[in-house]
Amino acid sequence: MHRRNGIEETEIDLLVEAIVRCHGFDFRGYAWSSLRRRILGAVAREGTGTISGLIELVLHDPAAMQRVVSSIAVNVSAMFRDPPFFKAFRDAVVPLLRTYPFIRVWQAGCSMGEEVYSLAILLEEAGLYDRCRLYATDMSEDVLRQAREAVYPLNLMQRYTQNYIQAGGTRAFSEYYTATHEQAALRPSLQRNIVFSQHNLVTDGPFNEFHVVLCRNVLIYFNRPLQDQVHTLLHQSLTPFGVLGLGSKETLRFTSVETNYEPLVESERLYRRVA
Amino acid sequence: MTELIVIGTSLGGLAALGEILATLPPGFACPVAVVQHRGPTVDGVLGSLLQRQTTLTVVEPDDKTPIRARHLYVAPADYHLLVEPDASFSLSIDPPVRWARPSIDVLFESAADVYGPALTAVVLTGASTDGAAGVTRVREQGGFAIAQDPATAESPVMPRAAIAAGVDLVLPLAAIGRHLGRMGCVDRAAS
Ligand SMILES: C[S@@+](CC[C@H](N)C(=O)[O-])C[C@H]1O[C@@H](n2cnc3c(N)ncnc32)[C@H](O)[C@@H]1O
Repeated sequence: MHRRNGIEETEIDLLVEAIVRCHGFDFRGYAWSSLRRRILGAVAREGTGTISGLIELVLHDPAAMQRVVSSIAVNVSAMFRDPPFFKAFRDAVVPLLRTYPFIRVWQAGCSMGEEVYSLAILLEEAGLYDRCRLYATDMSEDVLRQAREAVYPLNLMQRYTQNYIQAGGTRAFSEYYTATHEQAALRPSLQRNIVFSQHNLVTDGPFNEFHVVLCRNVLIYFNRPLQDQVHTLLHQSLTPFGVLGLGSKETLRFTSVETNYEPLVESERLYRRVA
Repeated sequence: MTELIVIGTSLGGLAALGEILATLPPGFACPVAVVQHRGPTVDGVLGSLLQRQTTLTVVEPDDKTPIRARHLYVAPADYHLLVEPDASFSLSIDPPVRWARPSIDVLFESAADVYGPALTAVVLTGASTDGAAGVTRVREQGGFAIAQDPATAESPVMPRAAIAAGVDLVLPLAAIGRHLGRMGCVDRAAS
C-alpha cells in the first residue's frame, strides 16, 4: 500500500544492520520516516553524499560511528517540558505517593537529566524526596555522563524558569542552580536520590518494580510493534496500581496494553496500572 | 488521484485556512494535514477555531494516529508531524528545522515519500521559506504542488519561496478550496 524508494530503503536497512552489529544499538524497530530523516541529516553532516557512503564511513571510523549513532538517537529534552504534565503530577500523583513509605521511580530515556531533575525538584517541594529513589536510565552512556554532571547552558534557564512556574513550582527556580559564566550547575543535593544507569528499552529486560514509570517522548521514535514490546516491559516493571506517565502526544490507545491501565489524568497521559 | 492533502502556512494562516474550509464542496472527504507555525505553548486552540468552520473532524493527532477520510489533522504545537509508511502519523521532538517545530518541510517530505503521486501539497501565506524544500520533494515523488497567489497572501514570503522552488499551480486564495474539491479523492482506508 505504501511506496518507498527501493534503493534508499535497502541502504537504510543496511546502515541499521551495520550499527546493531558493530555498535550494539538496535534501531530496527524505529519509526521509519523519522529515522530516515535523521539518517539523511547524518549523511549531510558527514558529507558522504549517500547512505552507502555513510555505512562505509561508520564501519571504518569509530568516532564517526559514535557521532552518527548519537545523532540518530534524539536527545532533545527540557526541564519541566510540558508544564501541565508536572502540574498534574503534583496534583494527582503526589497524593497517591504519600501513602507509600518508600517510593521507587523509573524514568526511562532520561537524556541529559533535564526531566529527572525536574521530578526531583517537584518531589522535594512536596516533601517526599527523601522517601524516593529515582532510577534514570538511557541507552546512551554519552548522555548519562552529561546527566550526572548536571550542567546546562545558562541561556536555557529563562525558559526553564517559565516552565517551572507554569508547572506549579513553589519556590524561586534560581534556588536550584548556581550560574557560572555561560553555565548553570544544578544544586548537587538534587542528585542525592537519583541513580543513573544504562538501560536499553529494546534489548534489556525489567530490572525492578516501580511505583511510577515515566517514559516520555521515547516511544514516539518506535514503530508500533516495537512500542508494544516496550509497553510490555514498562507494564511488567510497575507495581499493582503503579502510575505510568507518557509524553503529551503519546497514548495507550493504539497499543496492546491499553486494557491494563485506567486513566488517572487522561489529558496529561497519566495512567494507573489496574491489571 | 489524491489520497492526502498537506497544507503549510504561518503568518495569516488561520484566516486563509478558514477561507479554504469555507469553499470546500459538501461531501469533501480527502484527509488533510496542516502545519501552521505557532508558539510552543498555544495548544488545542487552533484546532477548536478550525472545527467551527468545517464539517470535517478536526484532530490534533497523537503519535501513530491512523490517517482517515473526512478528517483534518493539525500538527500539535512543539512537535514535528510526519507520515509513516502504514499511513499513520508519527510525532517527533527533533530540533526545529529552519526555526520551526512543527516544520512544513518535515511533513511534506515524509508525506511525499509515502504517498508519492497520491499527494497534493499546498503552500499558503507565511513569513518564512519553510515549505519550499517540501514542495520540491513532493514533485520529485510525483505529487502535485499548489501555491497561494502571493498577491492574495497576507504575507507573500512563503508562497513566493515555494513558487521559486517550483510548483504545478498558483491559485488565488478564493479558488484553492474549490480546486481541491474538484480534484477527486480516493479513500485509502476504504479501498
Ligand atoms: C527525545 S529524548 C526524550 C527525553 C525526555 N524523556 C523528555 O521527554 O524530554 C529521547 C531519549 O531516549 C533515548 N532512547 C532512544 N532509544 C532508546 C532505547 N532503545 N532505550 C533507552 N533509551 C532510548 C535517547 O537516547 C534520548 O535520550
